[in-house]
Amino acid sequence: INSDGKPAKFQPPPKPVIIDKQKQREERRFLSPEFIPPRGRTDPLKFYIERKDMIQRRKVFNIPEFYVGSVLAVTTADPYANEKASRFVGICIQRGGKGLGATFVLRNVIEDQGVEICYELYNPRIQAIEVLKLEKRLDDNLMYLRDALPEYSTFDMNMKPVSRLDHEEIPVNKLQVRMKPKPWSKRWERPKYNIKGIKFELPEKKMKEAQKWSQPWLEFDMLREYDTSKIEEKIWKEVNEELKK
Amino acid sequence: QGLLRRSVSHSFLSFASITGACRAIQKLTRVRVVDNSALGNTPYHRPPKCIHVYNKTGVGKVGDTILLAIKGEKKKALIVGHKMPGPTMTPRFDSNNVVLIEDNGNPIGTRIKTPIPYILRQREGEFSKVLAIARNFV
Repeated sequence: INSDGKPAKFQPPPKPVIIDKQKQREERRFLSPEFIPPRGRTDPLKFYIERKDMIQRRKVFNIPEFYVGSVLAVTTADPYANEKASRFVGICIQRGGKGLGATFVLRNVIEDQGVEICYELYNPRIQAIEVLKLEKRLDDNLMYLRDALPEYSTFDMNMKPVSRLDHEEIPVNKLQVRMKPKPWSKRWERPKYNIKGIKFELPEKKMKEAQKWSQPWLEFDMLREYDTSKIEEKIWKEVNEELKK
Repeated sequence: QGLLRRSVSHSFLSFASITGACRAIQKLTRVRVVDNSALGNTPYHRPPKCIHVYNKTGVGKVGDTILLAIKGEKKKALIVGHKMPGPTMTPRFDSNNVVLIEDNGNPIGTRIKTPIPYILRQREGEFSKVLAIARNFV
């Protein structure tokens, strides 16, 4: 009964919203970029054999999903470290190589000294790869962090992993990084690098001058196109089948 | 004037690199002394430079001894990290780091705050004293 004295109108309970997590998880597929073979005239048998070896390693050792811009902690077996294992925490700035030679570079600033280590994903010396913070950035190559202020590359060595739900989308960190004064190791303002994650504090004149090196015809060049969607589908099916065995 | 272009620290010895692409350490490379010795940390109008590498090739990598010219004196030093990418799984530093050393291998400073690569532990016999004063390892 309402405060007016009149009987309250019957409100039916809200309908339950069913989130089918299984379906949502399957909609989001992640194929590690080193599975996709490069464009060329090599026999696909070579990539098939390599993929078999990669899947074999993945069955024994879990390589988690991560992107450029996520913070990882890697423990490696080192004969010269105390406790024979060394742990390094850093932000992934680059993922390179295809097949078994796939590498990723982690960067961190320890005691005001920038340190980068290039790890091989399938190296048997690696004992554990832990993703502390899974996120993407605006670019897929963060080499400009070397010329950015050191605060953007510092991560605590004893950082706790940031919890996230399974079915959520990977967050894109739209952070715009502030740079040290020029000169930089590369001229990041030039359109060839196509960097979106830097807050350029350069004068307008310099930005316009950098556009002189733009090559607008490149995006229309048909010979440069490499459509990987069908290849990815096939490899995804193959890899999933093998991993489930 | 080139040194003052990128003012990083309060002293006019800028530890950030000035030249672009640096490779491993050879003659005339400017290095950064990372221990807490007086010789390495007092400011001088010229940065410490390598004048000789004790190696068959003139290129010094991690673990090589070099001759430095600091404050008008010659001093030996041990390379503990360079900008050049080395073998995979080894760290690459953002500056060419060096620890001052005597002729018999004893370090002059008493503490090394910057991280040192684990590879140096391989030659425990020669560098035991340097490794003893190191705090962080990478």
